[in-house]
Amino acid sequence: MTELNLAVALNAATPGVQPDAATAKIVARGLDFHYAGFHALKGINLAIPERKVTAIIGPSGCGKSTLLRIFNRIYSIYPKLEARGEVLLDGENILDPAYPLNRLRAKVGMVFQKPVPFPMSIFDNIAYGIKHYERLSRADMAVRVEEALRQAALWDEVKDKLKGSALGLSGGQQQRLCIARAVALKPEVILFDEPTSALDPIATSKIEQLVEELKQRYTIAIVTHNMQQAARCSDFTAFMYLGELVEFGATEVLFTRPTKQQTEDYITGRFG
Amino acid sequence: MSRADMLYLRRRATNAMALGLAAAATLFGLFWLVWILWTTLSNGIAALKPSLFLQMTPPPGADGGLANAFFGSAAMSLIAIAMGTPVGVLAGTFLAEYARRRALGEAIRFINDILLSAPSIVLGLFVYTLVVKPAGHFSGWAGAIALAFIVLPVVVRTTDEMLQLVPSQMREAALSLGVPQWKVTVQVLYRSALPGILTGVLLALARITGETAPLLFTALNNQFWSHDLAAPMASVPVVVFQYAMSPYDSWHALAWAGAFVVTLFVLATSLVARAVLARKKVSND
Repeated sequence: MTELNLAVALNAATPGVQPDAATAKIVARGLDFHYAGFHALKGINLAIPERKVTAIIGPSGCGKSTLLRIFNRIYSIYPKLEARGEVLLDGENILDPAYPLNRLRAKVGMVFQKPVPFPMSIFDNIAYGIKHYERLSRADMAVRVEEALRQAALWDEVKDKLKGSALGLSGGQQQRLCIARAVALKPEVILFDEPTSALDPIATSKIEQLVEELKQRYTIAIVTHNMQQAARCSDFTAFMYLGELVEFGATEVLFTRPTKQQTEDYITGRFG
Repeated sequence: MSRADMLYLRRRATNAMALGLAAAATLFGLFWLVWILWTTLSNGIAALKPSLFLQMTPPPGADGGLANAFFGSAAMSLIAIAMGTPVGVLAGTFLAEYARRRALGEAIRFINDILLSAPSIVLGLFVYTLVVKPAGHFSGWAGAIALAFIVLPVVVRTTDEMLQLVPSQMREAALSLGVPQWKVTVQVLYRSALPGILTGVLLALARITGETAPLLFTALNNQFWSHDLAAPMASVPVVVFQYAMSPYDSWHALAWAGAFVVTLFVLATSLVARAVLARKKVSND
């Protein structure tokens, strides 16, 4: 199947979206995932549209985080994990061992469940990733750091304490710092793995607003166990259950007129 | 009185009893520690004066201090730390970051734990056959090497454990920026684990300053001032051992004073190590 066909298929499955509005940025084809004898993902076929927010929902253990962690191959740092099938990023298979990990992770950033600022200053947290790819003058670096912090809506809160330790920030600020750290590398895709499950409601709504803004520039995939969150801030939603992709479609369609019984049971709170 | 009140009273009584027993056990342990410190202090007080740190170990009956022994202990301990720490940190890093959950890593960790609890006299004999015998004489170097073998497993163990305590999400976050693993380890993980690793090194230092057995067959002892590491070297524990066994009162006082200073040093090092760790906990919260 070509990319174009996939986009068409995607749109056929999601009425209400114009055919040219969605081009697939990431396409998974026949994706299987095993760890230590457990078949965690079973033949996943999924297209993640460019510059949209795609939410992946499902009950605990359904494989939603596992799927997300394949998109930047972060799973590969642990032994005995194996992904089979194809994951195409702009048409190139990132599961091919020849695909440079360096390039993949520069293009696909990730934000985790628990905010993990590095034990260094706020400024250095952002500059750390940039330094690995580019050699910038002090002034240029300052510009890049400010730009990243502004995109993550954190600049105003930290501009006077850039030299202070990032560990002194609140949980919500730390998470926005992690977003800024990912954004600073100018990626094309940002993966969010339950980014608000450790945060209070106010911090959560700030992150959700941010996701809304970030989709102007980036393709976003967000794993969440909070269905309201998926409904609030995503354009497309994928529902997974027991390692399979049950249903994928435009968020408003999936939440109002799901085609599968399992999806309906889940979104109406009958299980999960 | 209702049943609930009875139950509550009984629980309070049990609680008070458990608390009382725990407190008594703590006091029992502390009692001996304070007694030891008091004994070394009261017996060594006669020799606790500036000359202790300024004069050489005297012949029987003459006045003197332990300057050469303090110097020897400091020199050999620092060299041992300098030799054991880099190797230990690298080996611990290998265990935590590259061999985690692998059979090889588990095997090395097990062997390291055996080395950790190996009797120090065995290490002394090992270095005796390895260094002293081929060289034909005792030396400060041999003493430092024997002490380094005590430092090594402690540093391996703490580095391994402290790196394993760094949350895996920190590792994932750094790696997902595309930074290679060695850079992540050196630039991010070491920063996070540094207070813990430093504590391990300090505890190793505290342990080797009191070791006598590994020095008996390696550095031996020296009555005179010597900063030649290729020659036999004095050390506080060995001098304390020799002087305590002697029949002379002045030597006894010096031995007690030496023991007191070493005990105090170990206490201070442990306190510093604890302070370093406590500061880390605050910054993590």
